[in-house]
Amino acid sequence: MPLKLEIVTPEARIFSDEVDSVVLPGVEGEMGVLPAHANLVTTLTHGELVYTKGGKSTHFAVGEGLVEVTGSTTRILTDMAVGVEEIDEKAVQEALDRAKHALENIKPGTDNEEVAAVMAMIQRSSAQLHVKRKRHSL
Amino acid sequence: MPSTRDIRRRIKSVKSTAQITKAMQLVAAAKMKKAQDQATNGRAYAETMNKILVALRDAAEEGSHSYFDEGKGTKTLVLVIASDKGLCGALNTNLFKKLVNTKIEGDCDFVTIGRKASQALSRLRKTLIADFPIKDPAKFTDLRTAGNFIQEKFRSGDYKKVLIAFNNFVNTVTVVPTIEQLLPVDKVTLGGKRSFEGMGSALEVKETDHNVPEYTFEPNAAAVFESILPQYVNNTLYQMLLEARASEHSSRMVAMKNATDNAKQMLKDLSLEYNKLRQAAITNELLEITTAKMALE
Repeated sequence: MPLKLEIVTPEARIFSDEVDSVVLPGVEGEMGVLPAHANLVTTLTHGELVYTKGGKSTHFAVGEGLVEVTGSTTRILTDMAVGVEEIDEKAVQEALDRAKHALENIKPGTDNEEVAAVMAMIQRSSAQLHVKRKRHSL
Repeated sequence: MPSTRDIRRRIKSVKSTAQITKAMQLVAAAKMKKAQDQATNGRAYAETMNKILVALRDAAEEGSHSYFDEGKGTKTLVLVIASDKGLCGALNTNLFKKLVNTKIEGDCDFVTIGRKASQALSRLRKTLIADFPIKDPAKFTDLRTAGNFIQEKFRSGDYKKVLIAFNNFVNTVTVVPTIEQLLPVDKVTLGGKRSFEGMGSALEVKETDHNVPEYTFEPNAAAVFESILPQYVNNTLYQMLLEARASEHSSRMVAMKNATDNAKQMLKDLSLEYNKLRQAAITNELLEITTAKMALE
């Protein structure tokens, strides 16, 4: 029995294919999903999503979101999903540095809208970097 | 009486204006298509989220989330989504008119997306608390900052409710300025089809049937609910932004089409006048020649 993995963001359907298994970063730790899993809904945090198909595993960096598991499909709703090949390490590192720099320069007392934006940026960038670096060291 | 040279000059300038407006019309048409595609691409997300929400609504206890109740404050927060650029007909004017004519209880604070909105509101001397510039094409990550800011403000309890003023895209020629309530979330319509959603009838998000499978919620329904609602609100906001963007481009397309048509009509009139003048000049010359010849005989 195959397991269908779908990754959707508000902007597009990033990925949709049949896979053997999925490991995803749930809110209570990493979670593995195999075919015929019980129906489940849980929240997703920033981190790395891995799926295996025919013995080959592929990595994605994902953002916050939701996971819906039914027996035959696993659907990931997230605001960010980037395949590991698409991550431009240099660009992301630069973005991260920029964000950290911005965070240091924000004057105390400014509206927290800026801080929130920068924090989100940092989280996204570090999730991507983490996934990319891990692939390199293998 | 203008000389033929003056008219020739005017024809040249009108012609180049027509070329520019024609180009803008084509660009706007392409951008409108893009915004529509973006909305279509987001449907899978919206549908799955609606499905989970329906399942959750039954599982979670009633009134278990602060987003379902009005805030303690008396003020209303209004997010106005307008365009960054002009030359799009009466699009923004109609939206502001609607906003001014709508009676909103209590004081209002405003948050804007789009340069035209912040300009208009500061002209009207309204309290503007934040402005979020969002480039075109709209990215979800850009919008999330605005969404989180608004939710933060609502959670702080200063505001009774949050309204959104935007242009609803019905079809290419019809754009309706609309004011919708974003927060508190309406429990009844939660998970259902929203009236503004879907870029005209062809692209409607399917309403979730009520035969959703039973899920296990991890860690529990309330916690999942807690995290899903902000995302639901942001997604709703994103859909509204896409509607507004599609409206902007369609209005610009129509405005530019009218401008091109007008320029063409003007060209026609001008060339007629030019030809008349030219003919008159030729006739005059001929007359002079013939009279001169007759005088010599």
